[in-house]
Amino acid sequence: MTTTPTPPPDLRAADGVPIEEKAPSRWVPVGRFTMSVLRMPSGFVGVLVLVMFIGLAVLAPLFIHPSDLSVTQASGPLLAPPQKGYPLGTDQAGRSVLDLVIWGSRTSLAIGILATFGTMLLGAGIGLVAGHYEGRPGRFLMHVTDWFIALPSLPLAIALAAVIGQGATSITIAIVVTSWTATARLVRAQTLAVEARPFVERARALGATDNQLIMRQILPNVMPLILVSSTLTVAGAILAEATLTFLGLGDPTSVSWGSMLNNAFMQGAVTAGAWWYLIPPGVAILVIVLGFTLVGRAVEHVLNARVQAR
Amino acid sequence: MTVGVKLEAPTVSGPAEGSERSDFWPYLARKVGAALVSFFMLLVVGFVIFSLMPADPVSALTRGRPTSEAQMTHLRHELGLDQPLWERFLTFVGHTVTGNLGYSYEYHQPVSTLIADRLWPTLLLMGTSTLISIWLGMWLGIRAGWRAGSTLDRSASAVSLALWSVPTFWLGLILLVVFGSGTVAGIPAIFPAGGMETHGTAGGLNPQHILDVGWHLVLPCLTLVAVIFAQYVTIMRSSIIDERGNPYLMTARAKGLRDEVVRRRHAVPNALLPTVTVIFLQIGAMIGGAITVEVVYSWPGLGYLTFTALRIPDLQLLEGTFIIFSAAVIVCNLIADLLYRALDPRVRRQ
Repeated sequence: MTTTPTPPPDLRAADGVPIEEKAPSRWVPVGRFTMSVLRMPSGFVGVLVLVMFIGLAVLAPLFIHPSDLSVTQASGPLLAPPQKGYPLGTDQAGRSVLDLVIWGSRTSLAIGILATFGTMLLGAGIGLVAGHYEGRPGRFLMHVTDWFIALPSLPLAIALAAVIGQGATSITIAIVVTSWTATARLVRAQTLAVEARPFVERARALGATDNQLIMRQILPNVMPLILVSSTLTVAGAILAEATLTFLGLGDPTSVSWGSMLNNAFMQGAVTAGAWWYLIPPGVAILVIVLGFTLVGRAVEHVLNARVQAR
Repeated sequence: MTVGVKLEAPTVSGPAEGSERSDFWPYLARKVGAALVSFFMLLVVGFVIFSLMPADPVSALTRGRPTSEAQMTHLRHELGLDQPLWERFLTFVGHTVTGNLGYSYEYHQPVSTLIADRLWPTLLLMGTSTLISIWLGMWLGIRAGWRAGSTLDRSASAVSLALWSVPTFWLGLILLVVFGSGTVAGIPAIFPAGGMETHGTAGGLNPQHILDVGWHLVLPCLTLVAVIFAQYVTIMRSSIIDERGNPYLMTARAKGLRDEVVRRRHAVPNALLPTVTVIFLQIGAMIGGAITVEVVYSWPGLGYLTFTALRIPDLQLLEGTFIIFSAAVIVCNLIADLLYRALDPRVRRQ
């Protein structure tokens, strides 16, 4: 597992999705690319779902007042099924489940996106360095990556979050630490592929420094892959956030889908048969994860098709 | 561990036949060595997380209890916290290797005893779910891959994608509220609401107790299967698709064999190779699923133990379960490496 110096054959994974051409203007191909993603049914549905959810999350403060979400100020009936004024019923404190689900999307999306950003930064950084500095430093970094991959992610995340303490920060850190490895491997494989191309050699012959090579030559060519992998990482991060918050590692005062399910579970919504409290947060997670996955796959597909067309 | 890693072939040269057996021992030694290095790294990570990151383990231990300064100093000395770092690390390694995982101040029991008590329920849950998932995943994956693009294939892919997007614990909650609470849509409580056995029944291996445990196992097992079987469908499907283009299948067809026989007797045995090792590589994801399922169904296994430790929080106990889970993954990865070589002669000859 860690003894052979040759790069492991997961290079194959990168063969499918390599290198974008260097475009004369950076925005024209982006527009064309977006159009071809939208033209795929899965891409269109995915983008639609994401736009809806992100729109709701951003606009939520316009139609949900903080007092609606306060446990002490809520005015509804306690743990009541859907009825007039409360289309999705109420929770054990009399808050509207619909309001909670909409508000919860803010926390879930924020942590999911923030954790993905951290994952990309750490994973792409390590992948780029490991791919560029072949030989001992690169091999060492890949060994470290392999060790981390061998650690089961949920127990590691639980351990980290438990030690750092409850809250959004510790959950974000736990997600980054457990998910950067996949990105690092992918980016390293792609970096190795790009390094072998003539324009890198040309830049090197012209006297480019390592820093310039990485930032100007390699990174722009690895970027599309990083973007694809980030949409799939967001999906995983949102699932991880929900799981860790459900286990009670989240900020107890904030509303998120995971904390709603944690409340429901701990306050006896299951024995009370309060399906209206359990279904909405789970369906929200399901739909948004599906949305990110569909977009990720569509983007991947379009990139693949371009490579094959050439 | 990605699927790619297990394909890493030993770089051995020489004539294929005679050297095969003699190559086995160096290969074994290398893989075991790598596993030991992984285990050492696990100890380092565990030490960093549980001994270096908490500001003061003693105040975390005594949280919520009146403790005098003298008692704190005594505890610090007892736990060896007043010693230099490298000495603490060596003590930690020595203890862990000899099976001493610390003492749970919450349960007033050694952590290793607690873990040993909870190991069997987890193995029962994970083992049953894995067997069912493999059977179901292979059955579906073989048929989906053989007729790629058919209705069965497309619905299998759609179901896999949907189940991948479902949080495990939520699926468990929904099954529990529908079949275990007896309060939704007039469905009676067909299955128990949690635990592993009916309270007050005699234990042991009498048939009644086994049936009782099986009855409690249905919902947790169903939840775990729903989430993990999709992995096996995907792997089996792509593996069959890879095999489909091979000339030996054309030969088999040219002999006049029926399509079903070609699939069952010729394609499937070869396509099984990657799947078998992936079973062992999936263990990390399985553990994550098992933890949340055990929490939802109060299944008295290691995952539930982790959850109770988390709520207190009992760091010694958390450290113990973390090390056990990770060590299990390392061992399973080693088994996958060895099994792949044992099953696929091509890996040996390269």
